[in-house]
This record gives sequence, structure tokens and C-alpha cells, in this order.
Amino acid sequence: MNILYDARLDGELIDRDKREVLDALEHAAPTLTLLSREEDLRPFECDGLAAYRVLPMLVALPENLEQVEALLKCCFELGVPVVTRGAGTGLSGGALPLEQGVLLVMSRFNKIIDVDPDARLARVQPGVRNLAISEAAAPFGLYYAPDPSSQIACSIGGNVAENAGGVHCLKYGLTVHNVLRVDVLTIEGEHMTLGSEAFDAPGFDLLALINGSEGMLGVVTEITVKLLPKPTVAKVLMASFDDVEKAGRAVGDIIAAGIVPGGLEMMDKLAIQAAEDFVRAGYPLDAEAILLCELDGVEADVDDDCETVRRVLERAGATDIQQAKDEAERAKFWAGRKNAFPAVGRMSPDYYCMDGTIPRKELPRVLKGIAALSEESGLRVANVFHAGDGNMHPLILFDANKEGELELAEDVGGKILELCVAAGGSITGEHGVGREKINQMCSQFQADEITVFHAVKAAFDDKRLLNPGKNIPTLARCAEFGAMHVHNNDLPHPELPRF
Amino acid sequence: MTEPATDPATRAPDRDISEALCQQVANAYQSRAPLRIKGGDTRAFYGRPVEGITLDMAEHSGIITYDPVELVVTVRAGTRLEALEAALKEQHQMLPFEPPRFGQASTIGGAVATGLSGPRRPWAGAARDFVLGSHVITQQGKLLRFGGEVMKNVAGYDISRLMTGAQGTLGVLADISFKVLPLPAATDSLRLDDIGIDDALKTLSTLGREPLPITGAAWHQNALFLRLEGGQSSVKATRERLGGETLADDFWTQLRDHQHDFFTLKSGQALWRASLPPHTAPLDIDVDEADSFYDWAGSQRWIKTRDGEALRRACQQAGGHATCFTPAAMGGTDSPFTPLDPVVEKYHKRLKAELDTHGIFNPGRLYAGL
Ligand SMILES: Cc1cc2nc3c(=O)[nH]c(=O)nc-3n(C[C@@H](O)[C@H](O)[C@H](O)COP(=O)(O)OP(=O)(O)OC[C@H]3O[C@@H](n4cnc5c(N)ncnc54)[C@H](O)[C@@H]3O)c2cc1C
Ligand SMILES: Cc1cc2nc3c(=O)[nH]c(=O)nc-3n(C[C@H](O)[C@H](O)[C@H](O)COP(=O)(O)OP(=O)(O)OC[C@H]3O[C@@H](n4cnc5c(N)ncnc54)[C@H](O)[C@@H]3O)c2cc1C
Repeated sequence: MNILYDARLDGELIDRDKREVLDALEHAAPTLTLLSREEDLRPFECDGLAAYRVLPMLVALPENLEQVEALLKCCFELGVPVVTRGAGTGLSGGALPLEQGVLLVMSRFNKIIDVDPDARLARVQPGVRNLAISEAAAPFGLYYAPDPSSQIACSIGGNVAENAGGVHCLKYGLTVHNVLRVDVLTIEGEHMTLGSEAFDAPGFDLLALINGSEGMLGVVTEITVKLLPKPTVAKVLMASFDDVEKAGRAVGDIIAAGIVPGGLEMMDKLAIQAAEDFVRAGYPLDAEAILLCELDGVEADVDDDCETVRRVLERAGATDIQQAKDEAERAKFWAGRKNAFPAVGRMSPDYYCMDGTIPRKELPRVLKGIAALSEESGLRVANVFHAGDGNMHPLILFDANKEGELELAEDVGGKILELCVAAGGSITGEHGVGREKINQMCSQFQADEITVFHAVKAAFDDKRLLNPGKNIPTLARCAEFGAMHVHNNDLPHPELPRF
Repeated sequence: MTEPATDPATRAPDRDISEALCQQVANAYQSRAPLRIKGGDTRAFYGRPVEGITLDMAEHSGIITYDPVELVVTVRAGTRLEALEAALKEQHQMLPFEPPRFGQASTIGGAVATGLSGPRRPWAGAARDFVLGSHVITQQGKLLRFGGEVMKNVAGYDISRLMTGAQGTLGVLADISFKVLPLPAATDSLRLDDIGIDDALKTLSTLGREPLPITGAAWHQNALFLRLEGGQSSVKATRERLGGETLADDFWTQLRDHQHDFFTLKSGQALWRASLPPHTAPLDIDVDEADSFYDWAGSQRWIKTRDGEALRRACQQAGGHATCFTPAAMGGTDSPFTPLDPVVEKYHKRLKAELDTHGIFNPGRLYAGL
């Protein structure tokens, strides 16, 4: 079985001759930059999930809408699959190429078209980097709220496709809450505007549907985002705990006190150590866990809230509480958290990042489960969370050069996700299903639910040409994966062959 | 824990009739007989009339789970808005999108299906922004779960948000999970007099660029109405800075529920809702200033007019759209919602054909043929 694409389980793809496709595209879009030599294709063989690599048949680097439209019409005609790519920082293999497909790279669509401070919105092309939007808005005292840790590199188009989050989304929302309008090209090459600069648009909320659709329903070609006024002040408290579960409970206590922090993050001992070695954030090395709690807004309120949170943390058993004394120290505290992934990367040849979400109250129980899995497998697991919204990022440390360790890591990862689902959560909070979690989809959803997803897909792309093999598994795959929910001992779809 | 609600009228009866509802939908699918999904029927005036057998959601009521610490509540669709809001209030929490209530019988399912949001919308978000998940009854009468009770979940397409505002034309909402938020610690409302609309819009856009605790901004007949919500200190400081007369709190619920005197129509008039990009100048239409009420800092305008088509054209030119809130039978229009662009319409039809193949869910409610 091929983990990268398996025609038997993911559906047959048309095998076109590369020369034929290249000729057709050159004819359809004479000015389009197309890469076809192996050495030119190599840099595009994977996204942020580097364990999965495939050389695409061709890479297209369009610079204008006409080229994208012509490419899509041509591929639709030929039945050639299209995988869209933004900056390639995705962690679930969403932009993983296909041998028989064209990789449509949107990175040259990198213009900020307009920043309108009166309407507090920005119109941008999909290849614009997340951070660049806030930089362009800064002169007006405004910013774009969702801030994935990858914000210096990831594209806003990729953010829309993944419905990306960040450390501030408990208070300010995910991408879907901050995007007003997108322009989309369908696989048939038709233009559509979804949403509006007004707060709503007539008809179905297709804008909400496009957010998080992982390049399966259309290609995003322009985005209008909401900008917010920068809070006057932001203060951050760092609390140390001698016990991970106590830290977990403190998270709930803060919310119960009626406070919605701008950011509420948690790291465990291994993650603290890694971050401290890497960026010297000033984290306590003897703590079992730390919480970072950012409170932002108007100075007087923030001071009141800091006091409340401090009291809550003390009561929750924090062994030490520090408040960043200035902007420099605040940035230092956050640097440790924002660099946690690369920091862990320095501790181990490879790591595998999970993205499960759970109801906050399940945190202590799920952490225990993860610790048990780590012990049982002998693989170390560092835990980094968006604790405020129950989004965990366990990082499983392994060495791909050691026989069987990648498989072991994937196995532990799969079990962690099943823990999350069993606790009432989800297999992915922000990184998306992509290729990586295609099997785990079968444990979160029943066959009938997956059938509804296929129906939505069919409405937009009935030939299954956009990003095939990603996001939504076929029922045949779920039958084979075997983790499909079984009710009353009846296998769903007994008519399906099981391989 | 605080005391349970003392007034039984505001408590939601705990009744799960999902099996019967599924059966009724399955029968309708078999016999291809359209259904008219009914919540409290208080918004029946909204949208196009539907011919069909009634699918009554009101009996399917009750709060299934509510955990204030998680900031999540899951309710059956037939639960009365009033009961849900009372339960949240006991825990000092709220539905931040302030769903309008057009009568005591208004249900949470009807509120989500119509997708309407109150005065706080530009600052807090819309109904769909707080929908975390739902159980949906599909055309074949199956009860399926999409989304969940967690803050973040990007597995699969966002079916729950797709259903929000779809007015029951894609499926039946059986229950819905919402993100809720704490009630603001402090609130204050004020009224600034003798301010024309151009100045009001200018003031709002200047204030909007500062992190002020504004969560309501309306304008009518040379008065600017502002609501402040947030921490004690910032609400007090902002109020001192802005001055003005104190405004009764119920101003905002009256506006939300169309109880304000403005909403009385003169003969021949219809009530329209204009939804416009922020900071749009007053529309160039032949309407008395007294017949316009600006909400959402100018993005949502209620307009009483005899010439809806002219209003609709002006809204479209400004990058927005217009919806008629007066039923056709009472002087409104046959197409209350702005017609869709042809490509967008094509994908609406395809989606409808996939999820409601025989057109049993509220056919024609949004648009003819959808
Ligand atoms: C005098 C008067 C004035 C009114 N003025 C206004 C007004 O200005 N603005 C306004 O918006 N409304 C107005 N209404 C109508 C108002 O009452 C709405 O209908 C109400 O807000 C919706 O709540 P409901 O439970 O009554 O929903 P219903 O009216 O029962 O349903 C509203 C819509 O949602 C659908 N629906 C309901 N439940 C579900 C479900 N579980 N799953 C899927 N779809 C569902 C229905 O099919 C319908 O399309 C007025 C009504 C009256 C009598
Ligand atoms: C160190 C690190 C930290 C990270 N931290 C976070 C975090 O805190 N929060 C978070 O949410 N994510 C995080 N990520 C994941 C990743 O950055 C996000 O998923 C991001 O949104 C991907 O954007 P991209 O431009 O790199 O997209 P890509 O990886 O290129 O593509 C991702 C998906 O989007 C689709 N896509 C891209 N562009 C378009 C388009 N224009 N139209 C249609 N579909 C498109 C692709 O087909 C693919 O399915 C992190 C990644 C790394 C490496």
C-alpha cells in the first residue's frame, strides 16, 4: 500500500503523458512559467510534512488570473489533477504533489492590493505572507489577528485553505472569523466571489465552506481580511507548576473567572527545556509545566485582569508567577513558545507534530494517556498547547534513520488522535487533514457523514480533480482502515469490498 | 453553581423527538413531498413562503449539555431562545451574536437557520461565528454530526456553518453547539445629539481605529447611539471621554427585535435591510432621512421605502446587498433576497441537488427553484 497515493483506495487517476500535458498547457497559457525538469521539481516535492515526498509531473508558477484560469480549464479538459500550493508550510501534506498531477504554486500572487483604514480591511493576493498583512496595516494602528507560529512564511491563501489558527484565536477567532470575502476560481475555470466587504452576502455561506476546505473545492485567488485596532497594551504572565495536571486545571479556572485571555498557552517540561536551550526565553527549567497567559486591551482593564489571573493561578497551585516587566521580556516569553517546534527539532533528528483538540476539562486525562503511550513506545513526547482552546500539539520525537521508528511514531500519533476523538475532540484543530490524517478521518466520522462530505465535494468538483486523495477518505479506505464506527455490530456498507 | 431558574416559563422542556423527526424526513424523501420546517414560526414572514407538510421543531427542545467553564452549550433546535438565554445568564454568559427575537416562541433553530445577528455583530461576530457544531437531519432522515463541542476543529467541511443562514433549505438542524462568552463586566450606553450622518460616519471610523470597548453603534435622525461593554475601567474612561446623554439599555433590544417606533410602516412602504461595506456614504436614493435607521456603525441600514428595486441597485453599486423584510403579501417583493450572480447560483443549485435531491427542505424559501 502506498501512503502517498493509492489508486485502489483513493480512486484511479488518469495517466497522461507528461509531454502531452506540457504541450497543452503551453498552448493554453503561453506566458505561464512551467517547470518540468526533475531538478526544478525537487524543491516542491513536499510541504512542511517532510516525511511524505512525491515529485509532481509539472509545477506551474502563474502570475495572473488569466494564467490560472487557462490552466484550470486545460486540466479540467484533460482530466489532469491539480494540487494547489501556497508557501508549503502545511503540516498535514495538504500540498503534497501527485505524480500524475500539476502543482499550482500561488506564491507569485504576492501583492497587497489595498489597505483601507476607514473600513478596517485589507485586500490581498493569496501568496501574501500572513505577517506581511499586519506589517502593512501597522502604520494605521491596525493588524490582522490570526497569527500562526509560521506567520513569517505561510501564505494567507494557505491560511484560508486550512482555516489556520494561532496563539490569539481564543479571543480573536480563527481565519474563518477574520476573512470577509474571497475570490475563487473553480476547477472549471469560473470566477466566483464569496462573502462581501459588507458583513454578509445573500445565499448560502459558501465563504465559511471554503475556509478549511484544503484546496478541494476551488483555488483562492484574492482575499479581503478584517483588520483590528492594535490593543493599547498586552501583558503576559508566566506561571510555573510542579504538576502538568495542575496547570491543566488552572486553564479552566481562568476561563471560569470570566476572563478570555488574548493568548493562553501551555508547555510541558521537555518543551520548556527545548525552548530554553534554543532561545533562552527565561523559562524555569525545574517546572513540570508553564502557562503563558496574555491579557490585552485597554491598560486599566488589563491591569485589573492581571490581578484576577494572578489570584487564580496562586489558588491553582502555581509555584512561581512572573509578569513580563517590559515589551522586551514579553517578546522573549513568546519567542520560546513560537519557536517551540524548531526548538524540539534540535533535540531529535525528526519529530512528528500532532494537532488534536479536546474539551479543556479533558486535558489532565489526555495528558496522562499521552504519557502512557510515550512510555510504552519508548518515544519521547514534548507537549505544546493552545491550552485556552484545547488544541494540543504533542511532538513525537523519533529518528527516521532507525528501522521502524517512523512507523512507530505514526502509530503513536494515530493513537493520540484516537484519544482526542474519544474525549469528544477532533483529530485536527488547525493543521488540517491533508494526506497525513486521511485514515483518522474514519475514526472521527461515520460513513454517512463522509458521504455528505463527498456530496459537497461533488457539487464543486465532480471529476475529483482538485487535490485528490486528501482531506476526505473514500468509503473503501475507511472500510480497509477498519476503524470506522461500528454500530450494533453492523459494519456500515457491508456491500463494500474489504481489502 | 447559582440557583436554578425560578421562572418555569423560561426553562426549556427536555424532550428529544429526533427519531420521529428523522422518520418524518425519511417519509418525505420517499414520497418526494416537500416539508415546511417550522421553529416558533415567528420568522415565517422572513423569506419566501413555503408550501409543504409542517415539520414541527418546537417539541424538540432542551439544553443537552452546558459547561460554563468550557464556554460551550449544546441545545436542541426547538429550544426557545428565551429559555436558552436565561440559562446562560444564570452563569453570567451569553450568545455574543445577540440573535433577534421576534416573539416569545422564537427558537434557537430558527435563529440559526435565519442566521440573523444583533447590534453587536461587527465587533463580536455573526451567528455562524459562534456555531461550533451540530447534528443535522439529512434528506434520507439520518441524524449526523458535524463539527463538535470543541473550539477548534478543521476535520471535514464546515457543514454546520453552511447550514447557518441557509433557512433550512439544505437540511434540518436537530441540535447546535455554540461557543458562549462571559457577560461583559460593565456596560453603558450613550446618545450624542445634533450630529449629521456624514459626521457620524466619520466619527465612527475614527473611533473604530482605536481599541475602544464599543459594541453597538447606531444613528437615526441626527442622534448617534453608542454602547460600551468591557472592563469597568475602560467603559468608565470611554464614557467620560465621549460624554453624551445616558441611553436606556433596552434601546438595543428594541432595535434588535424591531420594537423601536421606527419599525412602524406607513402605507405602501416595505421594510428593507441594506447590508453595506463599512464606511459606505449615505446611499443616493429617494428616501426621507427619517425612514432610515443605521445600525452596525453604518454597515446595516434599515430602510422604509416604496421603491425596493432602486434601493437594491444602490446597495449593489456600493458593494452590498438588500433584503426585504416585508412579506410579498403585505407589499414586499417576490424575491426578498438579492438575486445571485450566475456562477454562484450554479453552485448553489448543485449543492442543493446534492444535499436535497428531491427538493423536500423548504423549497423556494430563499430563491425560486432552490
Ligand atoms: C408581526 C411579526 C413581525 C416580524 N418581524 C420580523 C422581522 O422584522 N425580522 C425577522 O427576521 N423576523 C420577523 N418576524 C418573523 C420572526 O418571528 C422569525 O420567524 C423568528 O425569528 C424565527 O424563529 P422561529 O423559531 O420562529 O423560526 P421560524 O419562523 O419557525 O423559522 C425561521 C426559518 O428557519 C427555518 N428553521 C426553523 N427551525 C429550523 C431547524 N431546526 N432546522 C432548519 N431550519 C429551521 C424555518 O424553516 C424558516 O425558514 C416577524 C413575525 C411577526 C409575526
Ligand atoms: C513551524 C510551523 C509552525 C506552524 N504553526 C501553525 C500554527 O500555529 N497554526 C496553524 O494553523 N498552522 C501552523 N502551521 C501550519 C501551516 O503554516 C498552516 O497550515 C498554513 O496555513 C499553511 O499555509 P501555506 O501557505 O504554507 O500553505 P501550503 O502548505 O502551501 O498549503 C496548505 C493547504 O492549502 C491549500 N492551498 C494553499 N494555497 C491555496 C489557494 N490559494 N487556494 C486554495 N488552496 C490553497 C493546499 O492545497 C494545501 O491543501 C505551522 C507550520 C510550521 C512549519
